[in-house]
Amino acid sequence: MKKDIVPIRDGYGKALLELGEINDKVIVMDADLSTSTRTNWFAEKYPQRFVDVGIAEQNMVNVAAGLSLEDKIPFVTTYGVFVCGRAFDQIRNTVCYSDLNVKIVGSHGGISVGPDGGSHQAIEDIGLMRILPNMTVVVPCDHVQAYKATLKLAELKGPAYLRLAREPTATITSEADKFSLGKADILQKGNDCAIFFTGTIGAEVIKASEMLKNEGINPTIINMHTIKPLDKEIILEYAKKFKKLVVVEEHLRTGGLGSAISSVLTEKYPIRIKHIAIEDRFGESGQPEVLLDAFGLSARKIKKQILDFIQ
Amino acid sequence: MTERKNKKIEKLKNIALELRRDILKMIAKAGSGHPGGSLSATDIGTALFFSEMKYDSNDPDWKERDRFILSKGHAAPLLYALLAKAGYFSGSELNKLRGYKSILQGHPASYLVPGVEVSTGSLGQGLSVAAGLALSAKQDKKNFRVFSLLGDGELNEGQIWEAIMFSGHNKLDNLCAIVDRNHLQIDGDTEKVMALEPLEEKWQSFNWNTISINGHDFEEILMAFEKFNQNSDKPFVIIAKTVKGKGVSYMENKAGWHGKAPNREQLEIALKELEN
Ligand SMILES: Cc1ncc(C[n+]2csc(CCOP(=O)(O)OP(=O)(O)O)c2C)c(N)n1
Ligand SMILES: [Mg+2]
Repeated sequence: MKKDIVPIRDGYGKALLELGEINDKVIVMDADLSTSTRTNWFAEKYPQRFVDVGIAEQNMVNVAAGLSLEDKIPFVTTYGVFVCGRAFDQIRNTVCYSDLNVKIVGSHGGISVGPDGGSHQAIEDIGLMRILPNMTVVVPCDHVQAYKATLKLAELKGPAYLRLAREPTATITSEADKFSLGKADILQKGNDCAIFFTGTIGAEVIKASEMLKNEGINPTIINMHTIKPLDKEIILEYAKKFKKLVVVEEHLRTGGLGSAISSVLTEKYPIRIKHIAIEDRFGESGQPEVLLDAFGLSARKIKKQILDFIQ
Repeated sequence: MTERKNKKIEKLKNIALELRRDILKMIAKAGSGHPGGSLSATDIGTALFFSEMKYDSNDPDWKERDRFILSKGHAAPLLYALLAKAGYFSGSELNKLRGYKSILQGHPASYLVPGVEVSTGSLGQGLSVAAGLALSAKQDKKNFRVFSLLGDGELNEGQIWEAIMFSGHNKLDNLCAIVDRNHLQIDGDTEKVMALEPLEEKWQSFNWNTISINGHDFEEILMAFEKFNQNSDKPFVIIAKTVKGKGVSYMENKAGWHGKAPNREQLEIALKELEN
């Protein structure tokens, strides 16, 4: 396990550069945030295949729809809040309803966005995208995985949402690890409980698990990088094994990974889960680590909640 | 120019200098924030708050107050400096910009700050809210006016043009939009990212009265507001030509200073340039 701290956006930017070289159908689009989302790397190298629509997210999604009808593979990129929220109808009624090959990339997921505050922190994006028929939803945990996910999504036919984050976070996977859409990764095996997580909060989960180990508790940690299609088998397997599950995500309690897992379990194998997520409130300004702690998502708070749950 | 007017303009200039210093200090302290678009609109904001608008900072909910909607919400530091100077809250709050539990969030949150009418930050939405306020004033035969400050990049948003069409259609002559025409958005020159020109003609064709001014010349700004006050039958837009980062030499006309805080040395240089 490597410990370098890199923003996940970099993995996306790097993958786009790679795609620029190997797939001339790939078109990268942005809405006036190209430096922040890292699409500027692609823009510099492949200016003819980069489209900046200005600050016009709704237009961007449907221009992408048009491009996809001509067999292009557009990667629509901006902050998650602005694309999933503002352009929701375009994503629903044009992209998903017509099952178009448009990739939607929402950067700045979660409260770890920090000082920009609640208006810029996407905390409902996974829910909004997950409920749409035909949509694939991927939430990588670090820049290495974001790189692989981006390449995979370019091969997948149909609409997809890729969630990225702003803050540099610890790299918790390595280049050699396999990545398959829809198939969760077991990061570590332990016999005392199972923790499912999605996204960059994985770095905090791993820290929490180190703390738990010091208290003699060895968790299994499962990275649910694909929210849809959901890897139901692994959920049921570990539900049966432990009779209790923990879910951690940097998203509202409603609509995200926890909701998805709960709905599988209530039907197939009802057990208790501890869902560590953002309660029914908006994000706020503050330094990322301060916010994670205040919202119960720091390693320390995650550990405490897990201890209370399993003991 | 009359002596009284001269004096007034002198006063406004001094306030604007003070506000520019406040803006830079609070952003430097916070370590992040948006100086470029706060500084380009400082003179317009100063004229609005300290000459044109009627309000009572001791009674933020006063029904007859003029309404101000900062559609380009990232210019929050400017709005906060204006509100503090106007007495809505203590100037010491400015030091807490963007901090945890501060009322001064990265983008203005109306549930926290007295004087902020509605939360903004997602671009393109404020003008519609302003139109709703203006429409309500018409329905209720109230005399308050509504001002809304827009970024030029913000005009890329389709909703802005829906609001422009709506306001023209409804003859909202109590509505004054101000475009901070600094020619820059994040990805660069507005005309290269998504060309806006001919801009004034666009507003005119949507049935607005228009005026183009130098947004750093108080005489012209005040004259534009006079024109708005004589205006009838159509909404009114002031296209204010401005310089992004105005007042700080190394920030002026630089897209890179859209959303970046100055470090300590840079702050010192800036504050020197902004001495009275
Ligand atoms: C809907 C939406 N999309 C994107 C952004 C990110 N963003 C913040 S400021 C900005 C550029 C604004 O340019 P302009 O309106 O010209 O502002 P100014 O130059 O006055 O600072 C962008 C793209 C946003 N806040 N809202
Ligand atoms: Mg601008």
